[in-house]
Amino acid sequence: MKVQQLSVFLENRSGRLAEVARLLGDAGVNIRALSLADTADFGILRLIVNDVERAVEVLRRAGQTVSLTDVVAVEVPDRPGGLAEILEPLQEQEVNVEYLYAFVEKSSDRAVVVLRFDDVQAALEVLKQAGITPLAAEKVYTL
Amino acid sequence: MILNPEFECMDRKQLRQIQGERLREVVRRAYEKIPIYRRKFEEHGVHPDDIRDIDDIVKLPFTTKEDFRTAYPFGLFAVPLREIVRVHASSGTTGKPTVVGYTRRDVEIWAETCARTLACGGGTPDDVLQVAYGYGLFTGGLGMHYGGERLGAMVVPMSGGNTRRQIMLMRDFGTSLLACTPSYALLIAEVADEEGIDLKKLALKTGFFGAEPWTEAMRAQIEERLPLKAIDIYGLSEVIGPGVASECEEQNGLHIFEDHFYPEIINPETGEVLPPGQRGELVFTCLTKEAMPVIRYRTRDITLLDETPCACGRTSRRMARVTGRTDDMLIIRGVNVFPSQIESVLMKVEGIAPHYVIVVDKSGVMDELEIKVEVSPEVFSDEVKKMETLRERIAQEMYSVLGISARITLAEPKTIERSMGKSKRVIDVREQK
Repeated sequence: MKVQQLSVFLENRSGRLAEVARLLGDAGVNIRALSLADTADFGILRLIVNDVERAVEVLRRAGQTVSLTDVVAVEVPDRPGGLAEILEPLQEQEVNVEYLYAFVEKSSDRAVVVLRFDDVQAALEVLKQAGITPLAAEKVYTL
Repeated sequence: MILNPEFECMDRKQLRQIQGERLREVVRRAYEKIPIYRRKFEEHGVHPDDIRDIDDIVKLPFTTKEDFRTAYPFGLFAVPLREIVRVHASSGTTGKPTVVGYTRRDVEIWAETCARTLACGGGTPDDVLQVAYGYGLFTGGLGMHYGGERLGAMVVPMSGGNTRRQIMLMRDFGTSLLACTPSYALLIAEVADEEGIDLKKLALKTGFFGAEPWTEAMRAQIEERLPLKAIDIYGLSEVIGPGVASECEEQNGLHIFEDHFYPEIINPETGEVLPPGQRGELVFTCLTKEAMPVIRYRTRDITLLDETPCACGRTSRRMARVTGRTDDMLIIRGVNVFPSQIESVLMKVEGIAPHYVIVVDKSGVMDELEIKVEVSPEVFSDEVKKMETLRERIAQEMYSVLGISARITLAEPKTIERSMGKSKRVIDVREQK
């Protein structure tokens, strides 16, 4: 139920993001979802890709700073209140969300939310009790 | 192994007597052969006849880097050029280089003190010495080269750079002694990691590191990454080059080869000689050099002298690791800051590579101190919060040691320039404004 997310450290200078995108593109790695956290000095690019191993290999070989993190992807109905329904049980059980990002699926009326928890196991447990089934990793990589 | 036990383990009283005799001779020669010295002695009101024993050294005026500039190129030579067999020059960051000359005998003495250095760190004739200091006008390469030959080791004259090739030969030739700058040793470790070469399997035994300031923390890092004992060595071209002082296997201070190079520690502001154990500016007098008898040369290096006996059996005084220079001291918002202090803080913070650049700038009238440090892949986190915490921790540590606040910038690994020689770690852009 856990999805592997790739994070890349980006120094705040022009062309850094393009560089990473080009490396992945040339290696035939397709980006499924992404989010960019930025501060005054640096950014952290978080990616869900179709081929994690290949992406890590390509980026590390090019000298990029890369880390892998387990995240959880959940489908939510693409309508008002969809996200709240997922977050409420987590809040009730005091499971902390570090960050999240979302994207809308191409051929359905659903959105996918990628969530990063400090305690993934606890989060999965809460979601299960609330009757929410996270997406399988393979499904997310091939969305 | 002690290369020259007669002098290296000499009774201190006898040594002082020899130092006194040699000083008398060298002072007379400087006075008679070098007009610059004669003028300086006269201005200072001292005559060679006033020098009877080594304690009289305090009567003599100091020699400074400025004197070398004035004398460019050969004004400090005490012999005619036909007796000079070699010159070296140090890179002049401001204008002309500093030129030094050697007679045949000077080269022989230099080879011996470099061989003593190698033996001091555990080198023997059975060893393979890879010299990765630069060859050429810089004294590092040729100095250690001649020292290696004098010791009887097999010398591999690699010079600096070409790191992949260095590693290949290290493996193929069974290099056991490595001589280079400490930052280059870390670069070798980094490149070996990239190439997937396990340095721990190599025959490396001892590293002779000098020519730039480094710290105990850096030593720990080098010894962890390379399978060798990291020996701190000291020298400077104005005195002779490498081979002025070296740690022994005790790694507890650098034995000064004081039958040739007489050390003093002075208060850099007043010029007054300080007692053993007190930190100040290191001053050297070359007691035996023919071509350039340098008297009381102010090195600008800050250290202290230790007179306590050493377990290795050598009787020479030891100098502590150089902790800074009187001239690389930065004054930021009125506070004295040494790059070595900044380095020692960074070394304590886990996950920070030992590569950094210090940028001093002005924003309005205020000096701004920025420290760029490389983040290692091990501590990189996908959470901004954790990265900011790391930065905050460095900033706090820095503040507690320096007493002023610094802006910490996290840089990507391997983006800070690796220097093959002396690392250029300080960029002061205040003067350019």
